[in-house]
Amino acid sequence: MTAMVKAEGVCKRFGNLEVLKGIDLEVQPGEVTCIIGPSGSGKSTFLRCINHLEKVDAGRLSVDGELVGYRQKGDKLYELKENEVAHKRREIGMVFQRFNLFPHMTALENVIEAPIQVKGESKAAARELGTALLHQVGLGDKAKSYPRQLSGGQQQRVAIARALAMRPKLMLFDEPTSALDPELVGEVLGVMRQLAKDGMTMVVVTHEMEFAREVADSVVFMDGGVVVEAGNPEDVIRSPKHERTKAFLSRVLRKD
Amino acid sequence: MSSSTEERRPEPIKAVPVRHYGRWIGGAVVLALAALAVRSIIVNPNFHWELVGPYLFDTRIANGLVTTLWLTVASMAIGIVGGVILAVMRLSPNPVLSGAAGVYIWLFRGTPLITQLIFWANLGALYPSFGLGIPFGPEFVTWHTTTTITVPVAALLGLGLNEAAYMAEIVRAGISSVDEGQTEAAGALGMTRGKTLRRIVLPQAMRVIIPPTGNQLISMLKTTSLVVVIGYTELTVVVQQIYAQNYRVIPLLIVAAIWYLVCTSVLTVFQSWIERKFSPSTVRTTGWASRMFGFRFGRPKERP
Ligand SMILES: Nc1ncnc2c1ncn2[C@@H]1O[C@H](COP(=O)(O)OP(=O)(O)OP(=O)(O)O)[C@@H](O)[C@H]1O
Ligand SMILES: [Mg+2]
Repeated sequence: MTAMVKAEGVCKRFGNLEVLKGIDLEVQPGEVTCIIGPSGSGKSTFLRCINHLEKVDAGRLSVDGELVGYRQKGDKLYELKENEVAHKRREIGMVFQRFNLFPHMTALENVIEAPIQVKGESKAAARELGTALLHQVGLGDKAKSYPRQLSGGQQQRVAIARALAMRPKLMLFDEPTSALDPELVGEVLGVMRQLAKDGMTMVVVTHEMEFAREVADSVVFMDGGVVVEAGNPEDVIRSPKHERTKAFLSRVLRKD
Repeated sequence: MSSSTEERRPEPIKAVPVRHYGRWIGGAVVLALAALAVRSIIVNPNFHWELVGPYLFDTRIANGLVTTLWLTVASMAIGIVGGVILAVMRLSPNPVLSGAAGVYIWLFRGTPLITQLIFWANLGALYPSFGLGIPFGPEFVTWHTTTTITVPVAALLGLGLNEAAYMAEIVRAGISSVDEGQTEAAGALGMTRGKTLRRIVLPQAMRVIIPPTGNQLISMLKTTSLVVVIGYTELTVVVQQIYAQNYRVIPLLIVAAIWYLVCTSVLTVFQSWIERKFSPSTVRTTGWASRMFGFRFGRPKERP
């Protein structure tokens, strides 16, 4: 079986700052992987590399067996053209910390925009799918609301529906609940939990240890641009082996 | 607990509002001065109000007005289209495109409009003819510059190309005002750069772009009178030609002013209508009366 995400020695630098120093990671289809780690450790950067929002400097990164951002011919690599990159991103959904809904469109318009504009689906088909997805995230009655009329939790659920509307084979979440009031976190995690149950392959950057322990198939602890420790959630969260993991977890779990 | 709070509901406050005596006095002074000014304008015979009426609908003036209007609309159209193209070039990662747009803006904002108008009108002296063909090879079609770049065309080029430089900066500011997360979200959904610009970024940039564009449009209405330097006539020039013959300077200037005010008013209403269209549905927008004069009648309207 080809891995959904396969990273081998992925490096990324911004100017002189080396953010990723050789990340190795594998995510199998249907698996949920949670990435945890302190601020600035490169979690977002790695996630953004997976759908080529950032260019990898060294190492290899592939999604569903295909190289991200490049095409290989013989032993030469060719950079993909802009529209080829866009084409590949269709299959990878992304949910952001700050939602990034389109404020000039209603919830339903946000959801159907990409299916119509990118996939060329008919308006009627897109609306039908969009309405169903809004129901799935519990917002069937909010189709006509604009983002500013929705709470943070509702906005994030619309953002999830928007990503799902492209029928992705992989979903990336970058701290989807960090910008939410505590009482709204649950509703978003609930939607993600259901998504995991339905078999979606997910890579989730999160500080929600409860969620990671319950839903994740594997937990990856990143620090300083490297993977310090990875394994099944019970091992990594309950009995971490490395000092850095222990120190981080004791800081995070004390807050809970 | 809950029942006791309900019984002890506090009485609504009844207080004597603050009297703003200063405001009342200030208002009275302004009204009195305004009344004096209006009275002097009406009774002073030197204004020759009896001449204003007939000249208002004079055919020469009507023709001038039509020229002013089409020149304004057409050069703004060139300015807006050119401005969007230049702004996109300016923000492009390609250094050649970005640099070329930068030089264009520098050149056209940096030289007087009059100079540019005269330049276009005299293009024939520089290039007697121009044509379409293979660079350094044969030409297929050739035009004579003096017959193609007529006075109206020179006026349009001068005004439109100059306007494009200013509009480019306005559009660039608008595009830059849109949160980067929007481009990122669109990109993550598989939208190309062009589609992201058209569907996501520009509609949001409009809120920032429209007000200064309205300014430019209203300013253009009056800037068109500069075409007098290349021998073209529009409203102001026509008025000057008429009073050069009959010395009725003031009434004719009043006629021109009335037409400019009428056009500006129409454009202002149009602008506030467009602004409403592009403002998010729950944001409070001001009505046309407050846009035009800054008055607020009653409480600001909330849109549903
Ligand atoms: N576009 C960029 N240009 C320069 N530096 C960047 C850029 N993006 C990220 N960085 C830097 O890379 C480092 C890692 O950032 P990243 O956002 O990946 O961390 P993170 O683990 O997601 O942190 P957080 O938990 O705060 O979101 C930081 O030091 C950040 O300042
Ligand atoms: Mg981050």
